[in-house]
Amino acid sequence: MKNILKYLIVGFIFGIVLTKSEAVSWYRIYEMFQFQSFHMYGIISVAILTGVIGIQLIKRKNIKDNNGEAIVIADKEKGSTRYWIGGILFGLGWALVGSCPGPIFILIGAGFWTVLIVLFGALLGTYLYGVLKNKLPH
Amino acid sequence: MEMIFQTWSWYVSGLIIGVVMLSLIYFGKTFGMSSNLRSLCSIAGLGKKVSFFDFDWKAQRWNLVVVIGAMLGGFVAVHYMSAPSNVSINPLTIEKLAEMGIDAPNGKLMPQALFGLEILESPKTILILLVGGLLIGFGSRYAGGCTSGHAIAGLSNLQIPSLKAVVGFFIGGLMMAHFLLPIILRE
Repeated sequence: MKNILKYLIVGFIFGIVLTKSEAVSWYRIYEMFQFQSFHMYGIISVAILTGVIGIQLIKRKNIKDNNGEAIVIADKEKGSTRYWIGGILFGLGWALVGSCPGPIFILIGAGFWTVLIVLFGALLGTYLYGVLKNKLPH
Repeated sequence: MEMIFQTWSWYVSGLIIGVVMLSLIYFGKTFGMSSNLRSLCSIAGLGKKVSFFDFDWKAQRWNLVVVIGAMLGGFVAVHYMSAPSNVSINPLTIEKLAEMGIDAPNGKLMPQALFGLEILESPKTILILLVGGLLIGFGSRYAGGCTSGHAIAGLSNLQIPSLKAVVGFFIGGLMMAHFLLPIILRE
């Protein structure tokens, strides 16, 4: 129970901060891609900066996880094609509907019911990738 | 108290998002929202047909709990922590949107023209949302992650593949926002 609770709390904070920073807003994503505001760039940069410092501390001080085990952060697979093509396709969708997977769930929770259509599309896209995976260049 | 109702600043928000990502690492997990889409496909029983979905999704249950928490957070933030001053975007952006027939925010998170319930009578808008979702789902799995997994978690760990993916996100996003969206919305 305690185990579940900590993930629920982390998710809850994530949902609130993404909504209150308006990173879930279609308008903010459009404004970001028009370079008409620093807001989204600021959020992403500070999140990464915080992450870089935290991860460097974890690595250099050999900080253990909450079960006392060594923290191992897996490297991403090497490669290029999948990152470029997959990335561009993702970006096209991101700017079209103004949300990425986190915000899709957050917006549905907030009661924006039409976002369920986006979720259905995203599940369909995930399924399609699963079907085509072995035929795609990676 | 007033502050929590206003739009949260980018530095506070960015810091909290970074801490969310680090907490999941501290719990021995990783930060990545799009993986949940794969889990949901597996729960739907698609693993019987497609081997990509034949994995132990129960090991990913913690991530689904994060999602449920995030949905609750979205609910609380929208219903109990909002103010009419929210989503005050650049007036130039509002002008540009008006040209494409998109309503100004006036405190709303989402444009009515694309996400209001009345779009259910517009096959074109339904198709826009469906195709957008499709690109997000397909693209994030192809690239092995989305904004959380690559842009935040991957770049924080100085991963070159994540940098490629994030540059890809922006190439696609800029193409859509500058060239395709005006055509799609005006047609």
